[in-house]
Amino acid sequence: MEILLIIVSAIFVNNIVLAQFLGICPYLGVSNKLSTASGMSLAVCFVITLSTLVTYLLNKYLLLHFHLEFLQTIAFILVIAALVQMVEIVLKKVSPSLYQALGIFLPLITTNCAVLGVAINVVTKEFTFGLPSHMLGLGEAVLYAFATSLGYGLAMVLFAGLREHLALCNVPKAFKGVPIALITVGILAMAFMGFSGIA
Amino acid sequence: MAVKSNLVNMAVCLLVTCLVCSAILAGVYAVTAAPIAETNAKLLRASIGAVLPEGGELSDAQSLTVGGQPSEYYTLSEDGSVKAYAVKSTVVGFGGPLTLMVGLTPEGVVYNTSVLSHQETPGLGAKCNTDEKFMAQWKGFDTAQKILKVKKDGGDVDAITASTITSRAYATAIQNALDAIKGVASDAVSGASVKPENTEDPSDE
Amino acid sequence: MSKWQLITKGLVKDNPTFVLLLGMCPTLATTTSAINGLSMGLATLFVLVLSNMAISAIAPVVPDKVHIPVYIVVIATFVTLLQFLMQAYTPDIYATLGLFIPLIVVNCIVLGRAEAFANKHGVLDSALDGLGVGLGFTLSLTVLGLVRELLGSLSAFGWKIPGTGDGMLAFVMAPGAFLCLGYLMVLFNKFIAKK
Repeated sequence: MEILLIIVSAIFVNNIVLAQFLGICPYLGVSNKLSTASGMSLAVCFVITLSTLVTYLLNKYLLLHFHLEFLQTIAFILVIAALVQMVEIVLKKVSPSLYQALGIFLPLITTNCAVLGVAINVVTKEFTFGLPSHMLGLGEAVLYAFATSLGYGLAMVLFAGLREHLALCNVPKAFKGVPIALITVGILAMAFMGFSGIA
Repeated sequence: MAVKSNLVNMAVCLLVTCLVCSAILAGVYAVTAAPIAETNAKLLRASIGAVLPEGGELSDAQSLTVGGQPSEYYTLSEDGSVKAYAVKSTVVGFGGPLTLMVGLTPEGVVYNTSVLSHQETPGLGAKCNTDEKFMAQWKGFDTAQKILKVKKDGGDVDAITASTITSRAYATAIQNALDAIKGVASDAVSGASVKPENTEDPSDE
Repeated sequence: MSKWQLITKGLVKDNPTFVLLLGMCPTLATTTSAINGLSMGLATLFVLVLSNMAISAIAPVVPDKVHIPVYIVVIATFVTLLQFLMQAYTPDIYATLGLFIPLIVVNCIVLGRAEAFANKHGVLDSALDGLGVGLGFTLSLTVLGLVRELLGSLSAFGWKIPGTGDGMLAFVMAPGAFLCLGYLMVLFNKFIAKK
């Protein structure tokens, strides 16, 4: 039951893009086509889950243990940057086909604030999920990160689908491009507001 | 611009940057740690001061369980008798944890409340921190005569418009604080269950 | 380009929000009121000026292949520094802006300026560039915050317009952020960008 709540809450209620405003730059940047959007979503999903796992352990066993909390931001961003590089190298060797699909998105992910945002949130914020508030355990943290990145994918794919149709519409000149996209996201966010209060 | 890279200068450069930056941060951290602790202590004192009557002597933080969660409370005493308690109470609100500081007299009358942290919706539930009518009703709320539930649930609490869940959580937080402090107060009166922490078990001897 | 132009170009011509479309996350997330927008803008400005200066100073000795990690570490240092200062002296603002202070590290404006300007120019010019871009960012965040606050809670800079009710709440919440920014961009394109 609790697992279900974490998933529903992370995907729909607190959707990372539409409610928490994280990862907007790539969200607007690569959502022109459905295929690139789904590629980016996959890569983000991969990196968020993996980096949350690593930063969680790093925070618990290194930073907190040695009272180095003040290095949190710096340590997390370095870990994420290194991790992205490593994923890139490993993918290239192990699965060239997957590398082909995700490769071009990976370098962009280091500066995707969704990754750092989730990593910091997980170790500093108390969550409830209908239970008394608590810090997340390792299992919960990874599950939360994974569900959050699924939410990112959902918002991304939905939006890319809408944008492909929008591209064919005749909108006023001043609205062309990003403005009409932002207004569309606004309406999408309104729809997602309907989920609030479920979990 | 940049120097041509080779393995040695890359490694040295990264190492030096990280060392210098960590050293700077450690230094700044050491310098700002005291002001940060002082600011936090000041905020805590202000929130306790806001929910308790003036005068008397405030105790240090004491731990107790509020609503099934470990929390803390402070005792305000004057001339050896307890005047009021300030209890930290956390419940699940609409958007996440809602933490209150609740000031209570030993008779179960709410002196005042203040919000320590919340994640409620701006403009709706977040009004629990700003809505004058909602906040004023807690001053002198006598739990012996009034029921700590929103009117919709048959109680005497005026909910914030369109934010019943937040209002309900707020009332629950106060109720939890009240229940927790009742245990403390009865212990203090009877003295029966007040045990020094290092009581030795005779069987261990 | 004159020193004066370095400072003013960020306000309209190269406005980071409306023209360059950078730093969208804090722009949308922290502009629930004019004050919040202003504080976030100033926080970014602080990091931008300092990191630009530091990076322009060290750029000549940083090997090419590791310049990005080095820049990120430098930026992260200033961000953490800012976190300490805010925790100590402006705890209320720090609590409101929350997560988005550490996230200045990954704000594309900061790394973008380091890459595009600071590593090719002197310390003074880089500081002025940071100041200009930071001011432009602050301006757009304040304007967006002000519009949202006016529509959403019928107040400006925390001052409630007397005799008014509750305002349209949606503008303070997530959808309003996207809608307001979208329409402000339309107005910007229509009336300002063309001149």
